[in-house]
Amino acid sequence: MTDKTILSVTAIKEGTVIDHIPAKSLFKVISILELDKLNAQMTFGTNFISKKLGRKALIKISNKFFKDEEIDKIALVAPEAKLNIIKDYQVVEKREVEVPDTITGIVKCMNPNCVTNNENVITRFNVISKKEVALKCCYCEKITDQEHLKII
Amino acid sequence: MKNKSLISINDYTPDELLKIINLAEEFEKNPIQDILKGKVIATLFFEPSTRTRLSFESAVNRLGGRIIGFTDASSSSVKKGESLRDTIKTVSNYCDLIVMRHPLDGSARFASEVANVPVINAGDGANQHPTQCLLDLYSIKKTQGTLENLNISLVGDLKYGRTVHSLLMAMSNFNPTFNFISPNELKIPDEYKLFLDNKGIKYYEHTDFSDIISRADIIYMTRIQKERFSDPIEYEKVKNSYVLHNDMLKNTKNNLKILHPLPRVNEISEDVDKNEKAYYFTQALNGVYTRQAIISSILGLK
Repeated sequence: MTDKTILSVTAIKEGTVIDHIPAKSLFKVISILELDKLNAQMTFGTNFISKKLGRKALIKISNKFFKDEEIDKIALVAPEAKLNIIKDYQVVEKREVEVPDTITGIVKCMNPNCVTNNENVITRFNVISKKEVALKCCYCEKITDQEHLKII
Repeated sequence: MKNKSLISINDYTPDELLKIINLAEEFEKNPIQDILKGKVIATLFFEPSTRTRLSFESAVNRLGGRIIGFTDASSSSVKKGESLRDTIKTVSNYCDLIVMRHPLDGSARFASEVANVPVINAGDGANQHPTQCLLDLYSIKKTQGTLENLNISLVGDLKYGRTVHSLLMAMSNFNPTFNFISPNELKIPDEYKLFLDNKGIKYYEHTDFSDIISRADIIYMTRIQKERFSDPIEYEKVKNSYVLHNDMLKNTKNNLKILHPLPRVNEISEDVDKNEKAYYFTQALNGVYTRQAIISSILGLK
């Protein structure tokens, strides 16, 4: 099933395939990776049936290879995401994403009285728990947990 | 510590905390010196806090420094809509050090990132008030002779009281035993209990303000505010249960001292003031020496 769905989207010669994105997180991933600003050929697919995720999405980007710290940011919304690095139509590398130690931007602090929600300040968090994501704001020192995590 | 901003009590290592305390002791012996001559300190109070501001200004004045600043946001360019970033960037051109009080949590950290002079946090919203914490530590050290192995009772609003949280974090470097005495609605938050568990520090929670204080070396009182309660009936029930009266001090230890960050409303009855165990007004005086120590250490003068 999975193979067929991937095949139903055009294969790419060189680039990155991000698979196993929860369907509801596709647009968040696009926004976190700023794909809307990227000048590359891309395919987005969503609502494919997945045994693991129910409905999943995938992204194929030609001629784009991400740095670890770039791609790891998506772990906040797509912890199960898998990366396939494609060279000459072949998967040359597979990797998973891991929540990074610090998060800059992307996430909104859940404390309404935090300076980042009231002045023009880019948010910054130290990740204090990766499994059940918990982020400690570097400004107000309050914790934003998985349940209250909002992507800017 | 030179040029290092003081934003959160956790910015200082235990050694640095002790260095400030020792310096404060020096300033207490010799509070009038000219070491800040030619220095300009900005006190930016975006919300009023008379006690903290006067304490800082007194500290600077006694060391021969000069003060610029404002005492509330309505008399500053904030009223015209200037961003905090611009205010701090501008003011940092005019001074050697910024002391800032601001209603937003995290504003002080942000200011320290924007300013090209060091920043001392004089209270950022409900978050941190590190100079209060250092003066509490100094008061404890001065009255007990040590910070190690003390029995500390914290009483009142342990949920929202930022002075309580900072004190707990700072004292946890010195192997204390804590007794937390508060109504159920204002119990110490779980994150602090977790922090103490991880450090292996003993603590006990109580809802009764009772005999437990007979073992205390320090009683740290805080104000219980009506607006903290979702149910006003709950407030009425507990408001008189966490008041310290003189007769409660009969069986307490001789070395016991009672601390309070002030202002007090009714949580310490006035008959306690005459008891030699009452220390809160001296504690406020200690604030001046402690702030002298912090300022001169950050400016690299000591």
